[in-house]
Amino acid sequence: MRTAMVVLRKDLRLEMRTWETLPAMVLFALVTFVIFHFGLNRTTIDGQLAAGVLVVTLLFAAMLGINRLFVAEREQGGFDAFLLAPVDRTALLVAKASALFLFLVVLEIVAVPAFGLFLLGPSLGHALPGLILLLALANLALAVIGTFVSAIAVHTRARDLIGPMLGLPLLVPALIATARGAGPLLAASHAASTPPGKWVLILALYDVVFGLIAYAVFDFLLEE
Amino acid sequence: MVSGPPAIELRAVARHFGERTALRDVSVTVAAGATLAVLGRNGAGKTTLLRILASLLRPHAGAVELLGEPVPARAHLIRGQLGLLGHEPLLYRDLSGRENLEYHARLHRVALERVDEVLEAVQMERRASDPVRLLSRGMTQRLAVARAVLHRPRLLLLDEPRANLDPGASDLIEPLIGRASGCTRVLTSHDPRSALAEADVVLALKDGRPAFVGDPAEFGEERLGALYA
Repeated sequence: MRTAMVVLRKDLRLEMRTWETLPAMVLFALVTFVIFHFGLNRTTIDGQLAAGVLVVTLLFAAMLGINRLFVAEREQGGFDAFLLAPVDRTALLVAKASALFLFLVVLEIVAVPAFGLFLLGPSLGHALPGLILLLALANLALAVIGTFVSAIAVHTRARDLIGPMLGLPLLVPALIATARGAGPLLAASHAASTPPGKWVLILALYDVVFGLIAYAVFDFLLEE
Repeated sequence: MVSGPPAIELRAVARHFGERTALRDVSVTVAAGATLAVLGRNGAGKTTLLRILASLLRPHAGAVELLGEPVPARAHLIRGQLGLLGHEPLLYRDLSGRENLEYHARLHRVALERVDEVLEAVQMERRASDPVRLLSRGMTQRLAVARAVLHRPRLLLLDEPRANLDPGASDLIEPLIGRASGCTRVLTSHDPRSALAEADVVLALKDGRPAFVGDPAEFGEERLGALYA
């Protein structure tokens, strides 16, 4: 845990020095909302459509972060430096997944209110607690699977393609659960203030399963 | 010649990259405190060998033993005792020299006071707060040396350690990575004569295979000429 904190602190410091990832993720999400606004030719959306637009946008914005997750490690020898240290290698998984989780939280702090303001018909207020729970679980899935996939892709020549090609199919179940869970929350009727338990459970289970898989195999992914 | 228990023992080590053989049948023993000079033309397998010794690459055949431990099986036990100075400085360009060294010190669980010590040793205290990307190649190399010896390794893996250094800077790093450091060293150099002068054992590689293993005094100008022909 201590090593993971050391790596996480370094990653956050690097991001605050360069601003190479977060602004791109936020801008991408905002631009996508504008594209949906014109593409759907609707002033406002609600229900399952709104949930789909929100979750898909966040997923694609997350892919930008996932693709850049190990760039400094690859280009500046960070991998070798870490592998030469007498530390548990899974600390890198924990650190990178935590960094990605934090980036997603910041992205959502900007993107979700913007979505509520410019695209969503019903007010966001009553749905917010349920949405925060769903997005936290979805972020965990994105962070763990994103780190896992990025660690595989980083050693390949077509890394920019491999990340989304491996990551997106693996994230489809999480996407479905998040969108189906958020649909009732964003309905015009304000029918629900908490997400359906089934989807929350599926998301939580997905997080646990992939967390364990990533923990078990991450060590081997770092080998050349 | 330095004698003592071997710090490095390679037996019939091989490594391939797809169809290409980077190393084949490499066997050598290096005593603790001794210096192994690895010579060969570009692409002969020197860097591959250093990466295997650093436990960053798995050998595909043969056995590697470092500081008494089989590698990579028990590499986790000796990683903290290896210092690698390779082609890349292993420093983040957007962090300062001090931030980079503090990061490495935390990874190696070394007291942060040691960062000041090594910065002083490579005379980089005044530029320690500058981002690495703003430093000259020579200064970056001095920081890379500081990074490699920060945790007081017992085994130094040095791939062209004096690259980009002027004679003054080269003298400056001598106590840290030279014979005076007391470390077992594996050394490659673009200047084979200077590497031979520092060596207790020579391993000459030609197309990944050993062309000569033994005493530098027996290596001779003729073999040197043939190796780089």
